[in-house]
Amino acid sequence: MTDIAHSAELSRKPARKRTMPESVFGWLLIGPAMIFIAVIVAWPLAETIRLSFTDASLGGETYVGFANYQELLESRRFNQTVVRTFYWMFLSVALKMVIGLIGATLLNAAVPGRALFRVLVMPPWVIPIAIGMIGWLWLYNGYFGVLSGAMMSLGITDGPFEFLAHKQSAFYSAVVADVWVGTPMVTLFFLAAMQGVPKDLYEAAYVDGASRWYRFRRITIPQIMPVIVSMALLSAIFTFNSFEIIWILTEGGPRGATTTLIVDTYKVAIGNFKFGEGSARAVIIVFLLGVFSLIYLFFLNKVNRYYGSGKS
Amino acid sequence: MMDRYTKLQTAGIYAAIAVFLIFILLPFFEMFMASLRPLEHLFRSPYQFWSDDFSFQAYSDMWVTVPLLGRYILNSVYIASMVTLLTMIFVVPAAYAYARLDFPFKNATLGIFLGVNMFTGAVLLIPLYRVLRTMGLLNTYWAMIVPGVAFLIPTGIWLLRSYLEKIPRELEEAAYVDGASRMYTLRRVVLPLATPGLIVVGVAVFIGAYAQQFLFAITFNQKRELQPLPAGLFEFIGYQDVTWNQMMAAALTGILPVMLIFLFLQKYLVAGLTAGAVKE
Repeated sequence: MTDIAHSAELSRKPARKRTMPESVFGWLLIGPAMIFIAVIVAWPLAETIRLSFTDASLGGETYVGFANYQELLESRRFNQTVVRTFYWMFLSVALKMVIGLIGATLLNAAVPGRALFRVLVMPPWVIPIAIGMIGWLWLYNGYFGVLSGAMMSLGITDGPFEFLAHKQSAFYSAVVADVWVGTPMVTLFFLAAMQGVPKDLYEAAYVDGASRWYRFRRITIPQIMPVIVSMALLSAIFTFNSFEIIWILTEGGPRGATTTLIVDTYKVAIGNFKFGEGSARAVIIVFLLGVFSLIYLFFLNKVNRYYGSGKS
Repeated sequence: MMDRYTKLQTAGIYAAIAVFLIFILLPFFEMFMASLRPLEHLFRSPYQFWSDDFSFQAYSDMWVTVPLLGRYILNSVYIASMVTLLTMIFVVPAAYAYARLDFPFKNATLGIFLGVNMFTGAVLLIPLYRVLRTMGLLNTYWAMIVPGVAFLIPTGIWLLRSYLEKIPRELEEAAYVDGASRMYTLRRVVLPLATPGLIVVGVAVFIGAYAQQFLFAITFNQKRELQPLPAGLFEFIGYQDVTWNQMMAAALTGILPVMLIFLFLQKYLVAGLTAGAVKE
């Protein structure tokens, strides 16, 4: 903007009325959104931190210092929940990345019908998660679901298999459902990134006799690496915070097998009205995600530097 | 040529795509199949892959079993529309500021906005509950609209910003040199040019708003006639005798509005959403 003002001076236009300074105008424009976020996100966040030092419930609240935190850190069950949450996150994100990469590569292949396939991948992202989970509840049903039915007719199991009734299978079933929800977005972004890779890189490699696999490994992957790493972080945050999927499928059961931090927090705070103890859990979630993101961003910087910024 | 595949390779690609699409579409397919089967045949064990008595009966029965179904769908559409409208009112000026202007703490404040993405509503439910209670908004539409807006503003700013950055500056500068005020330039020059981008971001926000209603609805609203579709249906899942065929019919009917919007606009939507990914 300064150069415009400058050129205006040079052409000796008559001095026009002074416009609002850019800094004021900028703040005027972001102000409403800022205030809204402050009231609905920042203030509740501060309030969560305050509540975490109290024993707030429906009755009232008294200051209890670090008691809530101390209790959590000493609780074996809580530590298991933390470990389970990270396992849930790493497993689910890894699967989303791998399946997303494979899916994007397939949809990027020059075969007839690919425009249609690209549309067909999106529905899990478009519809409400809760609705999708009603579908998965049905699939996982031991007596009437297609998965158990298929396993029975293939002779893998003798009787009906209730996917959500056993600790192990419930956990992995929830992972699969979570991957199902998250994969379309990942696929879409990988696909877009792949299409942004300059064609001449492939042509040059092709002329030099590089195989498809070699071109994928040495051109595609490095070129889309920045998108892969940023999608992984976004996915990780979503998966860590993923609530509806687990809540609808299992409500954290059976016997806590699918209870992640967010489900635990919800149960304690909203289910049992223990606002203080719930807030301490919420603060721990924010802390863990914050630390994880910082470590990750540090790593992201290194990757970006290593690969350049993607395109040259 | 480089993009040529042998017949075998083509077959392999199609087979792999088929596996991938089966994973993605199986729940929808099974929901649809379940909605077509009469209830007594739905509960047949062992599982039958095919039955000969498909009917659309459930699609008319569901309005009786779930008397508020129409209301739920309308609520969902209404809440999502209000969320979209309010979000856009906040997002448009902010996105323009981040795309074009230079002001103190620009990067810091953008970082704060994006940081909001780190918290889903679930972390902030407890104080949000109290805030909404103090404001007297519990058990109203606003209890589901207000938090929804807050969590969509960051995404909206991010998407629209990358769109606005692609609009050439020259027109704005011309208007500016001619003595137009900043606000006038924004309203009469930038917004008309940005209409396609506004539509894409609006649709993305609408889809997000339609999708995220469940948590806020089950936590902040107890009034059955205000529930959006996912929360309304979820209530029935807990019942002793779930009429699954009607449940599936209702679920599929309920996602029609958002699926139709998506299908009509998917080309623009996909391009708009991923613009940021390609640029970098």
